[in-house]
Amino acid sequence: MENRLRLLRAERNWSQQDLAERLEVSRQSVNAIETGKYDPSLPLAFRVAELFDLPIEEIFVSPSRRSSKAI
Amino acid sequence: MLRTSAWIRYNWRVVWLTLLYAGFLISAVYGFKHHLVPQPLKYPVAILPALPIIGIFVAIGKYLVEEEDEYVRMLMVRQVLWASGFALSLATVWGFLDSFDLVGHADGYYIVIAWFFGLGIGGLVNKFTLGDGGC
Repeated sequence: MENRLRLLRAERNWSQQDLAERLEVSRQSVNAIETGKYDPSLPLAFRVAELFDLPIEEIFVSPSRRSSKAI
Repeated sequence: MLRTSAWIRYNWRVVWLTLLYAGFLISAVYGFKHHLVPQPLKYPVAILPALPIIGIFVAIGKYLVEEEDEYVRMLMVRQVLWASGFALSLATVWGFLDSFDLVGHADGYYIVIAWFFGLGIGGLVNKFTLGDGGC
């Protein structure tokens, strides 16, 4: 799933490891989410949203909205 | 795989179970070879080496329950699926070849060896498909 995680992280000058520690997950998890190779569960997506103090949809791009935009 | 606390616990369990397996196997083989096992105990003694192997399956299940990092847990689930698919496919192919007398008969426990080999294949698939995230 496309997302703005890398951008949000860069704005705060956090490394993947910094973000992983804040989310209490592995650095590999952060990397996999950032690169779109892994879609986080809803509880983890909420943790990410709460950490950045943003609604989920401002971090993760809805696949259905993305495809409708493409049309 | 990442060294999470659940992973470390899993590894210790596997180490102890492997040692137990070696002990049970050597004892059972020695007992049978030297005719030390009385008739009523033959079945339980023959099954002894299987118990730690079953324990390893339980350890994998416990690991999947205890692992808190959902992504790392998914990696193990993928490995288990690869292992199961590989071992069952191999058993199916071998079974038919055996039925038509094209290969020799293999002992049933070879399926377990194939399954553990499949775990390794799953690890490689994770590595190649997920890159750095594949651990």
